[in-house]
Amino acid sequence: MKKEIKFHLNGEEVVAEVEPHWTLLYFLRNVMKLKGTKEGCGYGECGACTVVVDKRAVNACLYPILEVDGKKVITIEGLSKPDGQLHFIQKSFIEEGAVQCGFCTPGMIMSAYALYEEKENPDEEDIKEAIEGNLCRCTGYIKIVQAIKSAKRRQQ
Amino acid sequence: MKKFDYHIPKSLEEALSLFKSLENAKYIAGGTDVLVNIKRKKESPSHLISLRNIDSLKVVEKKDGLKIGSCLIHQELLKIEEIRTYYSALYDALTKLGSKQIRNVATIGGNICNAAPSADTACPLLVLDAQVVIFGEKGTRMVPIDDFFEGPGTVAKEESEIVTSFELPSFPKYTGSAYIKHTRREAMDLAMVSAASRITFAAEDQSLLRDFLSSKGVEELDKELKNYPLFVKEARIALGVVAPRPFRAKKAESCLEGKFLNEETLREACEKAAEEAQPRDTIRGEAWYRREMVKVLTKRTILLSVKRAIEMCS
Ligand SMILES: Cc1cc2nc3c(=O)[nH]c(=O)nc-3n(C[C@H](O)[C@H](O)[C@H](O)COP(=O)(O)OP(=O)(O)OC[C@H]3O[C@@H](n4cnc5c(N)ncnc54)[C@H](O)[C@@H]3O)c2cc1C
Ligand code: FES
Ligand code: FES
Repeated sequence: MKKEIKFHLNGEEVVAEVEPHWTLLYFLRNVMKLKGTKEGCGYGECGACTVVVDKRAVNACLYPILEVDGKKVITIEGLSKPDGQLHFIQKSFIEEGAVQCGFCTPGMIMSAYALYEEKENPDEEDIKEAIEGNLCRCTGYIKIVQAIKSAKRRQQ
Repeated sequence: MKKFDYHIPKSLEEALSLFKSLENAKYIAGGTDVLVNIKRKKESPSHLISLRNIDSLKVVEKKDGLKIGSCLIHQELLKIEEIRTYYSALYDALTKLGSKQIRNVATIGGNICNAAPSADTACPLLVLDAQVVIFGEKGTRMVPIDDFFEGPGTVAKEESEIVTSFELPSFPKYTGSAYIKHTRREAMDLAMVSAASRITFAAEDQSLLRDFLSSKGVEELDKELKNYPLFVKEARIALGVVAPRPFRAKKAESCLEGKFLNEETLREACEKAAEEAQPRDTIRGEAWYRREMVKVLTKRTILLSVKRAIEMCS
């Protein structure tokens, strides 16, 4: 039996009928057709599905859809400006060469985004803690950490 | 994922009556254990009853100790200054639990009720003498955490009962506690073995503790124990992943409690702890290795507890 939820998705109000057993990830990809958020493991292990709910980075694959009612959700699609201008973290990932196959990238960027929401000047420890739950099979993480670290400088 | 209905009660009473009226129901807090189990087809409830929106499960009360609501997420608990200062073993565990994404939704109540032998907050709550506060049809009752764990995944409560909070007593200032989780990789790994301990010294030791710190600094602790006859008033040692449930190594505790802390009593305690452990060979580690590590970790947590007690007195 479907139930109604109302929440903010990337700044816009969404009212939707959902199945109670859906996860936020299923809803984003299959109903909203927002495919930027990836499904890697589906078990909270890889972080490819990371989105930000009320300023906190969470695994969308383990987030019950009915719990987003009344909350603010931001996905990778919500970071760029309406004119297409990228977010400073996104720019930094491109400029530092922190992207290889790109599968982990949206999740990494959302974890970094939540970190910057929480702390204006995160240090390397903060960055490593923020992406502890994001696996990358390509880069070896060094460029990712660099990209997140230098993101703020690039913005200025 | 298998279909289920999902309910969001706003009060404890509502949650309990939903549980009673629905068939094959299960509580869900952060869902990081429940949803993984459902996805892996280990369980298949027809109804999930969410505890996430019940405000009374998120209390923090700071008088005569500390009371923490069962539905507080690990990331929020990390921000409570009292936990960092007075209940360091719990703080140690929270910093090492899962990833940021997991700590942002997973709760301490879920960690304890799931009762995995590797549950990181279990050993700290055991050495901190936590009381589990439980709400059910017959009202509210309290159970010492040591009696709450029964076996892997089983705890001493009716299915319909809800854990509402954990109460930690206030300890004398000359107390220190610590938790160490031994893993194969640095981040995002379940413990292969874990240990927690708490040492509370006698009040008379306070000036001695202070002297020690001013003359030596805590780095010298190991070697200096024999010159400083510190009397252990209370000792707690708890071990994880080396038995069907997280447990208190009580024989090891009694090697220290009511005794002076020195190389010998410390070694005896560590050896007893290793004897009390019943590790098994699993893919995460072999039994002999775990048993050896029990000795090592017990020693490290005790020394860290002593250091912290000394620092508290400075
Ligand atoms: C990727 C990943 C990494 C993890 N890493 C760790 C780790 O490093 N260390 C660790 O210890 N655990 C780890 N876990 C396990 C899990 O995250 C923790 O045990 C967590 O604290 C569970 O809390 P929850 O709120 O998500 O529980 P839930 O899944 O919501 O609930 C767990 C169980 O407790 C019951 N329950 C929950 N709250 C209550 C309550 N108040 N009253 C009565 N019953 C209740 C539920 O019915 C269920 O049976 C990890 C899990 C994942 C997916
Ligand atoms: S898909 Fe969610 S953590 Fe891997
Ligand atoms: S770039 Fe390929 S997984 Fe990270």
